[in-house]
Amino acid sequence: MSEYQAKEFKVLGQRLQRPDGIDKVTGRAKYGADTEAAGMLHGKILRSPHAHARILSIDTSAAEALNGVKAVVTRADFPTAAKGYEDVQDNCMAGERALYDGHAVAAVAATSKRIAKQALKLIKVEYETLPHVTEVEAAITVGAPIVQAGQVSKRVPEGYSDNVVRYVSFGHGDIDAGIAQADATIERTYRTEASHQGYIEPHACLATLNEDGRGDLWVCTQGHFWIRDMSCAVLGLESANLRVTASEIGGGFGGKTTVFIEPVALALSKKSGHAVKLVMTREEVLRATGPTISTLMHVKLGMTNDGRITAAYAKLFYQSGAYKQGCADFGAMPAFAPYDLENVHTEGFDVVTNRPRTASYRAPGAPTACYAAESAIDELCQQLNLDPLAVRLKNAAKEGTKSSYGPTYEDHGLIQCLEAVKDTEHWNAPLGANQGRGLAAGFWFNFGGETSVSTFLNTDGSITVTEGNPDIGGSRASISMMVAEEFGINYDQVRTTVTDTGSMGQNEPTHGSRVTFAVGMAAIKCSRSIKAEIAQRLAKTWDVAVDQVSWQDGKAHCLDASKGIEPMSLPEIGAIANNTGGPIGAHHGSNMEGAGVAFGVHICDTEVDPETGYVTVQRYTAIQDAGKAIQPDYVEGQLQGGAVQGIGWALNEEYVYGEDGRLQNPGFLDYRIPVASDMPMIDTVIIEVPNPGHPFGVRGVGETPIVPPLAAVGNAVSRAVGVRYNHLPMSPPRVLAGIQAAK
Amino acid sequence: MAHIQIFGSLRDLFAGEDSVELDVKNLRELLLKLPAAYPDCQEEIDEGVSVSIDGKIINDDWFTPIRPDSEVVVLPRIVGG
Amino acid sequence: MSSTHVSTTINGQAVEYVCPNDASLLEVLRDQLGMTGTKEGCGSGDCGACSVTVDGRLVCSCLVLGVEAQNRQVETIEGMADKNQLHKLQQVFLEKAALQCGICTPGILIAARSLLEKNPDPTEKEVRYWIAGNLCRCTGYDKIVRAILETAKQLREEAA
Repeated sequence: MSEYQAKEFKVLGQRLQRPDGIDKVTGRAKYGADTEAAGMLHGKILRSPHAHARILSIDTSAAEALNGVKAVVTRADFPTAAKGYEDVQDNCMAGERALYDGHAVAAVAATSKRIAKQALKLIKVEYETLPHVTEVEAAITVGAPIVQAGQVSKRVPEGYSDNVVRYVSFGHGDIDAGIAQADATIERTYRTEASHQGYIEPHACLATLNEDGRGDLWVCTQGHFWIRDMSCAVLGLESANLRVTASEIGGGFGGKTTVFIEPVALALSKKSGHAVKLVMTREEVLRATGPTISTLMHVKLGMTNDGRITAAYAKLFYQSGAYKQGCADFGAMPAFAPYDLENVHTEGFDVVTNRPRTASYRAPGAPTACYAAESAIDELCQQLNLDPLAVRLKNAAKEGTKSSYGPTYEDHGLIQCLEAVKDTEHWNAPLGANQGRGLAAGFWFNFGGETSVSTFLNTDGSITVTEGNPDIGGSRASISMMVAEEFGINYDQVRTTVTDTGSMGQNEPTHGSRVTFAVGMAAIKCSRSIKAEIAQRLAKTWDVAVDQVSWQDGKAHCLDASKGIEPMSLPEIGAIANNTGGPIGAHHGSNMEGAGVAFGVHICDTEVDPETGYVTVQRYTAIQDAGKAIQPDYVEGQLQGGAVQGIGWALNEEYVYGEDGRLQNPGFLDYRIPVASDMPMIDTVIIEVPNPGHPFGVRGVGETPIVPPLAAVGNAVSRAVGVRYNHLPMSPPRVLAGIQAAK
Repeated sequence: MAHIQIFGSLRDLFAGEDSVELDVKNLRELLLKLPAAYPDCQEEIDEGVSVSIDGKIINDDWFTPIRPDSEVVVLPRIVGG
Repeated sequence: MSSTHVSTTINGQAVEYVCPNDASLLEVLRDQLGMTGTKEGCGSGDCGACSVTVDGRLVCSCLVLGVEAQNRQVETIEGMADKNQLHKLQQVFLEKAALQCGICTPGILIAARSLLEKNPDPTEKEVRYWIAGNLCRCTGYDKIVRAILETAKQLREEAA
């Protein structure tokens, strides 16, 4: 069932301006913290200073007595969570135990931020500290302090502590047989440290919840429908009674797909009888939201002298914070996905520790697995003196290849991406002293998911599109462009608006690289329904059979020439809408299956200062199959942004925990994301191999760009220094230690 | 009969089989008949799975057709960032 | 905490406010004056989202006290366009897609204007170092740097 139909596009592919642009360059756009309500209170959250502690008692009386304090809540103010949401609730407000440094234990609402802050100091929490564990290697070892008892699923192999809560494996063929066929083999252990999504806008919301269980929430989120559903599940509310409006969002990258402060603000509002605004500080963002996994990964590979990979094995331990998650699945599946392999086996282990509950971060699980796999492949290429690009081309998965995680691939653009490497000036440029060039390929699944869109023809012929997915990277523009293309009209005749949960059906968040694909497809389907409705009405108006009405170049044409009817434009059709049956509109709700996989290939040049170990990225190129780039600027923007996030993870970004289990660097000074002076320009090449599952061939592009960079940078640094680095980030001390050890 | 591939660790839930034959015509029938034949997989299915049908990952759509020659692979539920 | 009466000029407009002595200029702008175009990303001077100029000097408004604005000229993003005429930087940022989520955009625009006032012909490196205090997590900086260089070029051509 191919949705794709090849045709010449008029609107798609143009570099058109986003409809939200002027508001964003003038400061008028309203983000999470940019709104207020009459009589509003300010909320603040008290957080555990301990990595692991039993909460013996919480005395809120002094805080409640402070002038200006209107409510204090603890877990006692929350009902039992709906089934499946127990961890979400516990992460928002600790129950019997605080499970990590920064875990919320109480919250206040007061007439000013100052009073709220002061009140936090008056809350007396009696803790009994418990043994803690924050590092993945220590956590999996038998005898480690156990973070959550009774969570181990039945398939976990023996020999690990009960912090290893989930196990998966994938693959086909026989690794031992593949190793036996190899001319060279390699076995390596890799480690990566946790990073944070690092969105510049801290979590913020404004909540009203009345005694009758009806409320409103304004919040910066990637998915206000999920925020609604989770808040309701945690607070015992009904979805229809909580209307959630998504503000403009100041970045999310996966980290704003769940609740942290929202149920707390709602609970404070209900208890105080006032609207409550809650805004996180940067320190809270880093201590209590987001972070990604840290990993311990073992890889074994076999290769023939001519570069055929005969066996590929990976064993991945993913540390995912204090609650059971399934992140290792998404390392084990994509690790070797770019390759056509006869013998492949991956194993994933989910590990809980006394760290914040991890949230998704752009292709969650894939970048680290790709780092391990692509590093080992690159090192074998060096050992066998093989061209790393030729080896990747030789082994590349194609249409019809059985993937390392099971399914057989449909058409995709990996080969084209690899071929494009050859044609870049970058790949062929000479390298200087202390410089190295790294190459890596990466994969992400992409998906569609539940999607609702409404579209209306206005009486003046313009088109209104209403959807429910917060726009982070320009999706309102892309959706308007697709609708304009479908109608054959100009982009500026269409306006797409993100609406609240009270005005639209269910939507998955803006995640999974799904919005341009899924919301775009739903908007196209609405447009087609409207055209069909117009055809029905004009057939009656013109007194012809409906098949005599045809849509061409933005107008309805009568195919029966004998009628002598002039084509009608949308303004003309809109003007008679009420005469032909009333307002014209369409709604499309669908589970939007049919997303296509997305491959990317990155090239990175680094220079390493042999005296200090400091790494500079000299040049960077990101190549990716976008299916069809609706607005190329925004596709390039995804490639560039994802690449730089990956570079940061590879070189600087790291959660540092002390012996006491407390986060040592909860600020942008010490948790250092890339700044402009760290980076070169990021060159991009967009490949377009249409996704058969989308009318215009669109593939999601948002996540794949963060998959290859860790390995591309790692390979570049390792080749520059002549020493293999198997631990990210490659901060100057680690790089220097490698240089000195090699001397 | 559709040929359902069971991958890696999921095999433990299917009596160690790497594939099973089931008479199903769409995803809904698959999700009903799999646990009926192999009760151990019920928990996994309840936790959420994605099913790849002819190379496309299907998260939810019960009525996605499964033909006798379809390639069907049961996977953990795909997430995203 | 006692408060102080402050007389200042914001975007060319005389403004008076009473603020707690420990309130930052950012807090005054956002919470007291409703000027929410200036953003708070960290509150510690590390991200630049709150960039404004005070007497022409680029500062993080989270590190300036509200009382320090007394008798000063404060410029914020709200004053960047001339009525409905966007500043050249704002226009080129839109044309060159130099923003994604947009949360860092006001701060980067203020910082870039400040750079171009001092150095109308910056090199790429000079642009990168000037805005090194303004974090952007979406774009990887590429299109931002290009937009600033392009604006500089257009402004030079207009001046010539």
